[in-house]
Amino acid sequence: MTISQDDIKKIAHLARINISSEESILLEEKLTGIMKLIDQMQKVDTDGVEPMSHALDISQPLRADQVTESDIRTKTMALAPETEESLFIVPQVIE
Amino acid sequence: MDWDIVIGIETHVQLKTQTKIFSGASTSFGNEANSQACLVSLAYPGVLPVLNHEAVNCAIKFGLAVDAKINKKSIFARKNYFYPDLPKGYQISQFELPIVGEGKLSIPLNDGYKDIRILRAHLEEDAGKSSHGILQGKSGIDLNRAGTPLLEIVTEPDMSSAAEAVAYAKKLHDLVQWIGICDGNMQEGNFRCDVNVSVKKKGSTTLGTRREIKNLNSFKFIKQAIDFEVNWQIETIEDGGEIQQSTILFNPDNGETKAMRSKEEANDYRYFPDPDLLPLVVSEDHIHNIKQSLPELPGEMQKRFEIDLGLSEYDASELTNNKDVADYFMNLIKRGVSAKLSANWILVNLFSRLNDADISINESPIGFDQLADLIKKIEDQTISNNAAKKIFDALWDSPAGTVDSLIDELGLKQISNDSEIEGLIDKVLNDNGAMIEEYKSGKDKAFNALVGQVMKASRGKANPSQVNEMLKKKLSN
Amino acid sequence: MLNLSLKQLSQQLREKAFSSEELTRFFLDRIRKYNDSLNAFITIDEDTSIAMAKQADLKIASGNQGTFTGIPIAQKDIFCADGWKTTCGSKMLENFVAPYNATVVQNFNDAGAINLGKTNMDEFAMGSSNETSYFGAVKNPWNLEYVPGGSSGGSASAVAARLAPAATGTDTGGSIRQPASLCGFTGLKPTYGLVSRYGMIAFASSLDQAGPMAPSAEDCAMMLNVMASHDIKDSTSLPHPKEDYLASLDNSIKGLRIGMPKEFFGEGLDSEVQKIIEGAINEYKKMGAEIVEISLPNSELAIPVYYVIAPAEASSNLSRYDGVRYGYRTKEYDDLMDMYFKTRQEGFGDEVKRRILIGTYVLSAGYYDAYYLKAQKIRQLISNDFSQAFQKCDVIMGPSAPSAAFKSGEKKEDPLAMYLQDIYTISTNLAGLPAMSIPAGFTKGLPVGLQLIGNHFSEGHLLNIAHQFQLISDWHRKTPKEID
Repeated sequence: MTISQDDIKKIAHLARINISSEESILLEEKLTGIMKLIDQMQKVDTDGVEPMSHALDISQPLRADQVTESDIRTKTMALAPETEESLFIVPQVIE
Repeated sequence: MDWDIVIGIETHVQLKTQTKIFSGASTSFGNEANSQACLVSLAYPGVLPVLNHEAVNCAIKFGLAVDAKINKKSIFARKNYFYPDLPKGYQISQFELPIVGEGKLSIPLNDGYKDIRILRAHLEEDAGKSSHGILQGKSGIDLNRAGTPLLEIVTEPDMSSAAEAVAYAKKLHDLVQWIGICDGNMQEGNFRCDVNVSVKKKGSTTLGTRREIKNLNSFKFIKQAIDFEVNWQIETIEDGGEIQQSTILFNPDNGETKAMRSKEEANDYRYFPDPDLLPLVVSEDHIHNIKQSLPELPGEMQKRFEIDLGLSEYDASELTNNKDVADYFMNLIKRGVSAKLSANWILVNLFSRLNDADISINESPIGFDQLADLIKKIEDQTISNNAAKKIFDALWDSPAGTVDSLIDELGLKQISNDSEIEGLIDKVLNDNGAMIEEYKSGKDKAFNALVGQVMKASRGKANPSQVNEMLKKKLSN
Repeated sequence: MLNLSLKQLSQQLREKAFSSEELTRFFLDRIRKYNDSLNAFITIDEDTSIAMAKQADLKIASGNQGTFTGIPIAQKDIFCADGWKTTCGSKMLENFVAPYNATVVQNFNDAGAINLGKTNMDEFAMGSSNETSYFGAVKNPWNLEYVPGGSSGGSASAVAARLAPAATGTDTGGSIRQPASLCGFTGLKPTYGLVSRYGMIAFASSLDQAGPMAPSAEDCAMMLNVMASHDIKDSTSLPHPKEDYLASLDNSIKGLRIGMPKEFFGEGLDSEVQKIIEGAINEYKKMGAEIVEISLPNSELAIPVYYVIAPAEASSNLSRYDGVRYGYRTKEYDDLMDMYFKTRQEGFGDEVKRRILIGTYVLSAGYYDAYYLKAQKIRQLISNDFSQAFQKCDVIMGPSAPSAAFKSGEKKEDPLAMYLQDIYTISTNLAGLPAMSIPAGFTKGLPVGLQLIGNHFSEGHLLNIAHQFQLISDWHRKTPKEID
């Protein structure tokens, strides 16, 4: 599978990363190289094989429904790039 | 040309838990912005989700209540997209294997019942909220709601009118409160519907392209939005246009629907199993225990009211739409009053006052104790039905009063004493010789007029059936 | 103090041969002296470290110390430590002061250890040479022109140069073992789920695992005693009964069946490295072990599978760095979209961006089945290969890396060549197995590591096997000349 300029444009948009046209040309070669490496997988017959999502076969533990967290705004607000009245401020969200 | 309307609904039900679905932060409503945004809610580097047991229980309760298959193993997946109110850049949801599989919900219609098929119900987390106007050209992000547990309930496209859609939404709204998994507060957004609407030529088997109206949080809006949308789609097609699959918003101010602007790209959510969460496995025992803890379900209760209490299907159904109403009714009959009279008083008199005042039965100024007292007085003929209505109205306005004191105060005690009534009848017969003649010549109307005269003479207090009986006897002598 | 083992340090602190403060100052002085040339640490905070040491000394004075009380440990900068700048090697978190402790950090704090500082690393742990760090490349103390390996390169450099008695690392595809091999000390990647991931900044969640990096197997055992814990804050943390990893070190390894996978000794392996590895395995034979030839037929697919799964998980894990709640935000932007795009363009380095893009691609509509699902299926096959192998042997041995350290800059612009560094380590991450690298010799003045792979939860046995080798060899005691 080769990665085209269109592919890069599409995935960069999904990933919200700005990519200059020079970078995009370099990326085309590098990403295509990586995809060629990945494509080695296609030679394996995996019919009937169960996909493996986790390294160990155990089930999800459950947490009791009890409040354990408290108001930590003095810490979290100080770490934010922009806040106002305890809100995180971003450029206008358009729906 | 005639059109078929095809509607499916996805409802986001906020589950009644103390804490968020993947963290121990509180879910209580209306607190200061971000005061409930813990490190997990804020998606801090390094933090991890741990699933809330109670959220799982709520989902299982719902599955059992709609006769659905509970999947013993379900999987959490990440739905990836960027939005400022979505802190991780993905929403944890269930995709391929939801906890609740296919089920059904029966909804009441004017001419009977209809089963709406539930396709699935899955657990997921809510997003935060953005607000505008704090600073010019900017938005403020409050993540208190981020991570609140939701159950998304998805129907098949089984509804064919706005009325059916509203009936479904109401029935579902009643049910989730009935089984105690949601507080049902629609203003606070705890029960929100996304409605998929399409139209097709009558009888056609091919579905039309659907548009999804997002986030409707009142039954009125559901109806208005569907009505507008259906008209719009039909007009568009009749004008030679085509419907584009899209996500739309309903504007309650003008009653119109409109495509969302920000979705300029095709969504590609890149779902994949969340590696931070393991498969959710629920045991047969766990499901059994939850089944034991469920209250009697509305359908079962309705049947019981019909068979054991002899109520009509309509009355039994109306009384079991809502848990609070059913509880009120059960409390009434526990006090030894007739089920039929109780049903009547709730469904007619009480409902009409509740509707006028726009309040719920829990807020009724007249409690079931008072209403039971009142009904008892009708049953033992202390007061007439009409008098009871007057007392009911008086109680509504000043709930501190008692039925007994109001009967005295308003002088509404029924006259059921034979000799007292006989005296009244004798007096009336004395004064109305002409009417007696008319009656005897076969004019039945004259009898009613005579009853009226007796009642008038008693100032409404005489027991009407007694008056009837005794008057008939007298006249036949 | 320079070359004492953790056990010796613990003993001498208890005997008051020196105080924790003296010990901590000793290492802080070394860091001050050598960090300019090695760049092993991103953050040191002498005041905090000394304050911790003083606390430890009070504890020791009162006789309430544990085995770890007063011992300074360097923490990879991937672990959140309350009040410490925690960067993950990225501009994105350049000024991020963590408001909480990772469970690993908390466990060390509870054990009375001193946080000596935060070590450099490849950005978001993506790299095998520690050249992708926003805070500059790390140097190999054995030869400053060479890379220390990665991604735990700062911890590796610090341990090798004795800027710290021991350090923590994380291993997603070899990030503990490959640098341990290239810098000549002992590193252990435990069974997935043995050490909590809470507070460890995620790269690829289903593969990431923290572990100890220290001169000897005994040191690693002592650290693992602190690090391993069942943590309710991490759903993937296993409720495994607490073990004492020091207890089994001296067990006999007579009759040990060592599996040598033929796939680990083929094309691509440096012939000098091969000789050293075979020599080390021969030493085991002399100690009474038996060699079994085994096959891991799908191991050549480990790299392709890894470069689907790890970037896919990473692309999603790194979406939270959006400039809204913490971390870097671009200075000038027109609107929300512009803010996202520029923040992530400027905040992430090239390798991170490449992996995000690959991960986004393999998950995107139309490619999921061909890539992500396929990779998960082959992951299962790779895991099955190990299950079968462990029916024939108790431990698998082979090289940790295909070569000794390489020169800085040599592979920096060639991702594919860099990815091959992890060819022998990645498959164990995919299978969730524990594995170690222990020093086994030198080629051209650079260390070479032997890899030991065990079955799930066999850390005790692996450490025992490693320790027995270290009783008859002194490769792990060698120190680089350039650092006196």
